[in-house]
Amino acid sequence: MQLYLPIADIPVNVFLILAMGAAVGFVSGMFGIGGGFLMTPLLIFVGIAPAVAVASVASHIAASSFSGAISYWRRRAIDPALALVLLCGGTIGTALGVWTFTLLRSLGQLDLMIALSYVVLLSTVGALMFWEGLRAILRVRRGVAIPMRRSGSHGWIHGLPLKMRFKRSKIYLSVIPVVVVGVVIGFIGAVMGIGGGFILIPIMIYLLRVPTSTVIGTSMVLTLVTMAFATMLHAVTNHLVDAVLALILMVGGVTGAQFGARAGQKIRGEHLRLLLGLLILAVGIRFAIELVIRPDDLFTIRELGGAA
Amino acid sequence: MNARTSFGAVLVLSTIFAVFPARAERLIVSVSNHRVTVTPNYSGEELVLFGSVEKDASTPASRTNYDLVVTVSGPRADMVTRRKERKFGIWINTDYRQFLKVPTYLALFSNRPFDAIASPEVQRRQQLGLNNVLLTQRVGPDYADVVPNDPFRSAFVRLRSEHGLYREATSAVTFLTPTLFRTGIPLPAEVPIGTYDVEIKLFSNGALVTRTESAFEIVKVGFEQFVATTARQNGFIYGLFTAFMALMTGWMASIVFRKD
Repeated sequence: MQLYLPIADIPVNVFLILAMGAAVGFVSGMFGIGGGFLMTPLLIFVGIAPAVAVASVASHIAASSFSGAISYWRRRAIDPALALVLLCGGTIGTALGVWTFTLLRSLGQLDLMIALSYVVLLSTVGALMFWEGLRAILRVRRGVAIPMRRSGSHGWIHGLPLKMRFKRSKIYLSVIPVVVVGVVIGFIGAVMGIGGGFILIPIMIYLLRVPTSTVIGTSMVLTLVTMAFATMLHAVTNHLVDAVLALILMVGGVTGAQFGARAGQKIRGEHLRLLLGLLILAVGIRFAIELVIRPDDLFTIRELGGAA
Repeated sequence: MNARTSFGAVLVLSTIFAVFPARAERLIVSVSNHRVTVTPNYSGEELVLFGSVEKDASTPASRTNYDLVVTVSGPRADMVTRRKERKFGIWINTDYRQFLKVPTYLALFSNRPFDAIASPEVQRRQQLGLNNVLLTQRVGPDYADVVPNDPFRSAFVRLRSEHGLYREATSAVTFLTPTLFRTGIPLPAEVPIGTYDVEIKLFSNGALVTRTESAFEIVKVGFEQFVATTARQNGFIYGLFTAFMALMTGWMASIVFRKD
């Protein structure tokens, strides 16, 4: 069934978009990530202008993460205090990111910067997660009891002042590293046009030592707020949010996210990390190949706004 | 609608007569639809342009073999064509050219190859064929069109043609009788919204005899138009609505799929 999108100005197949939304929603529900780094390239591939894709995906991620967050809230898998502190940092980071975005664009190499940061970030994070998950699985296979690796938790991070008790997560931690993490995620999200959940989760697990039980739900709250904010920003500044496209993506996305969240609960943590690591690595490698291999067409056309 | 069209045609014709009082032929043309509306199930359309060559007493009797060239040009926009080059092992955009106020849609139709219709000199002057259409580029501080085989120009035309937005068909115009003609104007789904100018040129023995113009528009109506104008004029409310819609969708889903 073909439907004409009022802002993107092209007709699309509704079922194709629904299916794409559902597939990305499933992944996002399962791993607790926004899935923007998957959805945006898919939409561009279908023929939607990159700017419209980025702007509309933000609202899709907001919907997916809200439905996910509600499920996690019911299971008491969200740490409200931790989410709030992260959000404080996230807001500052987003503002800094938007400023940097404008600066990079005036220098004229924004596309390249985005592609390079995708490659570096996705490959590194993906490879690390994959490696960690693999080691954990091997350890279980060999029957070695997993040591409660809480020893490292008393590193320099835990020597910082301004400590705060995060009851739901059962951790006692300085707010400084939490705010810094929020700033970094907000910054990366604004510059690269992604929610940043896939970076936030490993940082929370390995650096802040937040227990796995509250990590996903809490990161979803951060994604929800930043993406709802991003939707507003895109709508006000560029007028490029396609509400019809967003609605189709959302309906597919939230449905997929529900099933994904359930599937995620059934899979063991280390397997989940291995899978997510593989997925992120694959996307990172795909971007790397695109940069290295001679493109089919050396020329590209872009309209310079003001089509009247 | 028809009355208005013919009135418009008469108006255009009278201006032509003012410019070329000696011309003995007149072109009467009409497009099958002057207002293409974009609705939710819009997926492109094909218009038909038809018309006839009217002769009068002063037409030389020898003039019977007519050639016709139809140029359809969509709303104009600035575009940039970039070329990738290998630097430090990766392919990055290096050089680029700006095309200024070029048509977003451009179609050239004729009844036989342009080479058979007129000499290269006339082809260039009358902008017959994609190779001869003026596409202004900005090269540094200069504004100019370049030779047709310029790599940026040919890449631009090729990429637009791949999307069906630039096209050239030298057998698209058919003469039903020696003076009655028709041609189809295919509009692919991604054609931009706006006003389209149609220019019809009549040639005989390699020289321009007369020309006329027509136009049609592609407009969004109803829901499409409402969404587009709201997004543009009330960005804040539109954004608020979209964000709220996202939350509602998420909330609905969690109710629908609630297990307990």
